[in-house]
Amino acid sequence: MTDAVIQVTDLQKSFTGKKGARTAVLKGVYFEVRRGEIFALLGSNGAGKTTTVRILSTVLKADGGSAQVCGYDVARQADKVRERISLTGQFAAVDGMLTGRENLLLIARLRGVADPANLADGLLERFGLAGAAHRRADTYSGGMTRRLDIAMSLVGSPTVLFLDEPTTGLDPEARLAVWQTARELADGGTTILLTTQYLEEAEQLAQRIAILHDGRIIANGTLGELEELLPPAKEEYVIRRPTLEEVFLAIINAQQGGVAGQGGTVWQGGAAEQGGTTRQSDAIRQDATARQDGATMQSSATRQNSAYPDRRAVL
Amino acid sequence: MKTLHDTGVLFGRLMRHILRSPDTIITVAITPIAIMLLFVFVLGGAIETEGSYVNYLVPGILLIAIASGIAYTALRLFADVKNGLFERFQSMPIKRTSLLWAHVLTSLVSNAVSMVLIILVALAIGFRPSAGVLAWLAVAGILVLFTLALTWLAVIAGLTARSAEGSSAFSYPLVFLPFISSAFVPTTTMPAAVRLFAENQPVTSIVNTLRSLLGSQPVGSDIAIALAWCVAITVVAYLCAMRAYRRLG
Ligand SMILES: Nc1ncnc2c1ncn2[C@@H]1O[C@H](COP(=O)(O)OP(=O)(O)OP(=O)(O)O)[C@@H](O)[C@H]1O
Ligand SMILES: [Mg+2]
Repeated sequence: MTDAVIQVTDLQKSFTGKKGARTAVLKGVYFEVRRGEIFALLGSNGAGKTTTVRILSTVLKADGGSAQVCGYDVARQADKVRERISLTGQFAAVDGMLTGRENLLLIARLRGVADPANLADGLLERFGLAGAAHRRADTYSGGMTRRLDIAMSLVGSPTVLFLDEPTTGLDPEARLAVWQTARELADGGTTILLTTQYLEEAEQLAQRIAILHDGRIIANGTLGELEELLPPAKEEYVIRRPTLEEVFLAIINAQQGGVAGQGGTVWQGGAAEQGGTTRQSDAIRQDATARQDGATMQSSATRQNSAYPDRRAVL
Repeated sequence: MKTLHDTGVLFGRLMRHILRSPDTIITVAITPIAIMLLFVFVLGGAIETEGSYVNYLVPGILLIAIASGIAYTALRLFADVKNGLFERFQSMPIKRTSLLWAHVLTSLVSNAVSMVLIILVALAIGFRPSAGVLAWLAVAGILVLFTLALTWLAVIAGLTARSAEGSSAFSYPLVFLPFISSAFVPTTTMPAAVRLFAENQPVTSIVNTLRSLLGSQPVGSDIAIALAWCVAITVVAYLCAMRAYRRLG
């Protein structure tokens, strides 16, 4: 018996596309998450992060391989798993017709919590939503909706929390608040599997990071371990002044959401931190703005092309 | 027990939706009421039926209301799937069937409210049923069965639709069915081919049964055919809905 709370072995999943062709999204994914740690699954758009999270949270069935959460098989003992986990999906899942408080009460009743009203009020307070408790959730801002969404996931104190891109589309302040919550939960012993497109986020929160690319985990370890994997060429990159073309590409990239360049940009940011202090903060600030734009655009883009029901219908 | 509890909580949630957008019930009731007024006061004079035309018309109007009412069930279900709430529920220790049954119960209740509204308007414009308590219970039972059958069809649509419009579009042909049945005019006036269709589609047997019950007439073999249709549609739609449901995950 290891202290692995999540154990993923050779996980495979493919989807049937429009013309009936199967596309393999997960081609044999392996990783482990230990008790009480924050584990980040890093990957660009379409890498399969959400697919992995949906399988682990028993919403989707894998085609092959196996996964255990808290020692229970996600496919065969889904009920046991569900009692111990909570899913905060990529897009906030709140009931817009209900007030914030009613949303929390709903989940509390479904989870059979002893004192739903008390719990709901506590969570509203904790997430700065007490003032909006009696407003319908469809009048909330993006950040408030996400906070409510996360609060709903904490009802019933799950042992394992899945956070699928919890900060995409949030402003820096809201992002910090989410990070803070994640840290507090982890300190309290909750195991968190976080997905993100941003190394910075993984770096800020996670004890261990795995990079999902082309259906496989191509790197897995602590930040320090991962940095050792970086090609030595990184130093050169920082020192060399960017050419006009590179500046242009970077701007365009940032404007278009920086999807393709995301991995690259992020790693450069990491490398830049080893340079001078002034440059470092500049680089990070720039990076953050670029990401900000990127994040907003990505989230709307994904919203459009990932209308899940559409895809489900093809299944 | 857990199933009942979960269904109850989720049903409460959906009923709250309906209370907060009562227009869904009103819209469902208003079109059939308009059709009823149109036929009774404008077109009905030219239609020859035994007894008063309102009495003749009411059963068909009720079925039209149900056929359009279940479009909202599909829409509500589609919205849940689309905005991720369904996924959240699926990752929680909730009995899976509760998720669907909550929508089905909501459909039954909201359609029942529409039925009551329509019957009240009908009474106001001269609908005079002679049915006793038992006959009324039978009428209610058949309406519930018909709603149940169409609701499970709506569940399939809600679970598999690609767009909100798509999820409710399936109800258009259902709304149209009563027009090609004995609901508005006796089938004997129709051309042979149409009549063949009209007399053998589910709506005619159901309308005839309701009409006989409301008018204290013997129901004959119609009631058996009506029940068979309702049960058959329910069973087939239920199985397909469950299959679509499993495919979600
Ligand atoms: N239900 C589905 N039907 C068909 N294809 C799907 C389905 N779900 C996911 N896919 C496809 O699988 C791939 C991986 O999707 P997934 O949502 O897991 O990526 P992701 O890493 O979460 O990306 P993002 O950062 O954009 O959220 C994508 O190409 C997507 O189109
Ligand atoms: Mg995703």
